[in-house]
Amino acid sequence: MSTSTIEKPAVKVSEPLFGKKQRKLISNPLDGDNPITVQVLGICSALAVTVQMKPALFMALGVMFVLTMSNLFISLMRNIIPSRVRIIVQLVVVSTFVILVDQIFKAYAYEVSKELSVFVNLIVTNCIIMGRLEAFAMGNKPWPSILDGIGNALGYGAILMVVAFIREILGSGSIFGFKVFNELGINYTGNGVMVLPVGASIVIGLVIWAQRARNGYKEEA
Amino acid sequence: MQKTSNSYILVFVIVLAVFSASILAFVSESLRPLQNANIALEQKKSILTTFMGEAVTAKMEKDMISSSYDSKVKSVVIDFNGKILPDLTVEKVSVAKEYKEELKSRKLPVYEIYDNNNQLEYVVLPVYGYGLWDNIWGYVALEKDLQTIKGVVFAHKGETPGLGSRIATDDIQNRYIGKKIKDEKGSIVSVVMQKGEKGGGAASIAAFESNPYEVDGMSGATITGKGVNQMLNDYFICYENYFKSKNNPN
Repeated sequence: MSTSTIEKPAVKVSEPLFGKKQRKLISNPLDGDNPITVQVLGICSALAVTVQMKPALFMALGVMFVLTMSNLFISLMRNIIPSRVRIIVQLVVVSTFVILVDQIFKAYAYEVSKELSVFVNLIVTNCIIMGRLEAFAMGNKPWPSILDGIGNALGYGAILMVVAFIREILGSGSIFGFKVFNELGINYTGNGVMVLPVGASIVIGLVIWAQRARNGYKEEA
Repeated sequence: MQKTSNSYILVFVIVLAVFSASILAFVSESLRPLQNANIALEQKKSILTTFMGEAVTAKMEKDMISSSYDSKVKSVVIDFNGKILPDLTVEKVSVAKEYKEELKSRKLPVYEIYDNNNQLEYVVLPVYGYGLWDNIWGYVALEKDLQTIKGVVFAHKGETPGLGSRIATDDIQNRYIGKKIKDEKGSIVSVVMQKGEKGGGAASIAAFESNPYEVDGMSGATITGKGVNQMLNDYFICYENYFKSKNNPN
C-alpha cells in the first residue's frame, strides 16, 4: 500500500480545470513522486510485461483506464462509502473495470490479451491502484481524482515503456517488433538475460539509480 | 439509516454488487461473439502454422487464414480405435473437455491435409495437457509417414512468464521439427524434452541432432517440460490405432 497520507481535499468551488495545482497532479507522479521508481509500487507487472514494447504499451493503457475510472467512481462515492467496508468497495470497483478491460482486449486485441495473459487480471492487485484510491480518491473531488489517476498511470506507463525499450532492443534487437539491427545490416544476437524477468529487475534498478542520482535523493534516517 | 449501521453497509454492498454484476454480464454477453470468432481464428491459424511455418502464417490476413484453412484442411473425429465417428464434426468436440475423459474414451479430432493429387500430405493432431500452473495445449503436424514431426505449436494458459511460457515460442517449438515419434519397430516412443538447456536457439537443436527422440529442455521450467512430454506421449498413444488404420487401409 501507499505510504503517502491522504491529501487535503480541494476547498474552493471555482477552481480552474488546469491550474497550477491540477497540473501538478499529473506532473508529480511522472518524476518526483513516480509510483514505480519512488514509491516502488507495481513492480511485479513492471517486471513481467516489459519484454517487448507492445504488450507494455497495452498494459499501461489498461492500467490508465482502470486507475482513472476507479479513482473517478470512488471519488464520486466517497461520501456514501461506509468506512468499515471501504477496501472491499474499492476492490469491487477496481475488479469490475479490470474485467471490462480484459473482456475488451479479448474481443478487440486478442494477440495482446494472450501475451498479457494473467497480468491483465493482476491489475486488481496492482498496489498503485489501491494506493491511489485509498490515499487520494477517498478524500478528493472527482476532477482532481481523474487527474491524479491519469498522472499516476502516466508515471507507471513511462517507466514501463523505458524498461521495455531497453529490454526489447537488447534482448530481441527490435523496437515494437521492428528488427532494428537487421535493417541496419548488423547481425545482433539477443541478450538472453534481458528477455528474462531478471533483466527487468536490473533495468528497473538502474532507472531508479539514475533518477535518484539526478534528483539528489537522500535516504531518510 | 445511519451510515455506520450494519443495515446501511449491507444495503450498500448489495446494491454495488448487483450493479457491478449486471454491467459485467451485459458486456460479457455482447462481446462473446467477437471473442469466440477470435478463438476460432486462432485455432485455424495454429493448425496452419504446424505445417506451413510461423513465418508464413504470421503474415496472413484474417480472411486468408480462413480461406486457406477451408481449402487445405479436412477434418474428422475418430475414437481410440481409430474408427471415424461420422455424426461428429471437429467443431462439436472440445479437446479440453475430452481431456478429462480416460484415454480410451476420448473423442479425437484429426485434421488431414491432402496435396493436389489427393494424396495425404500431413496430419495435424490436437494435444492437451497440464503444465506447472495450468493447462497447456497445442497441435502437432506429422509428415505422411505418420512418424516424423513436421512442426508443432504449443500454447498455455498460465505458465511462468519467461520460463514455462517459452513453450509458446519458436525457439522451443523449432526443436521438435524432424523428430520421430516411433522407433524402428513402429511402436510409439514419443519425443521427450530433457532436463537442463544447452544454450538455446541453434545450439539446442544441434545438441540433439543425432537423437530423433529427444529435444533440449527449458532451463528453469522442468515441470512445464514434463507436462509437455506427458501431453505428447498421451496423445500419440490415443492416435496409435488411427496411424495403423492409415498405414493399412484394410
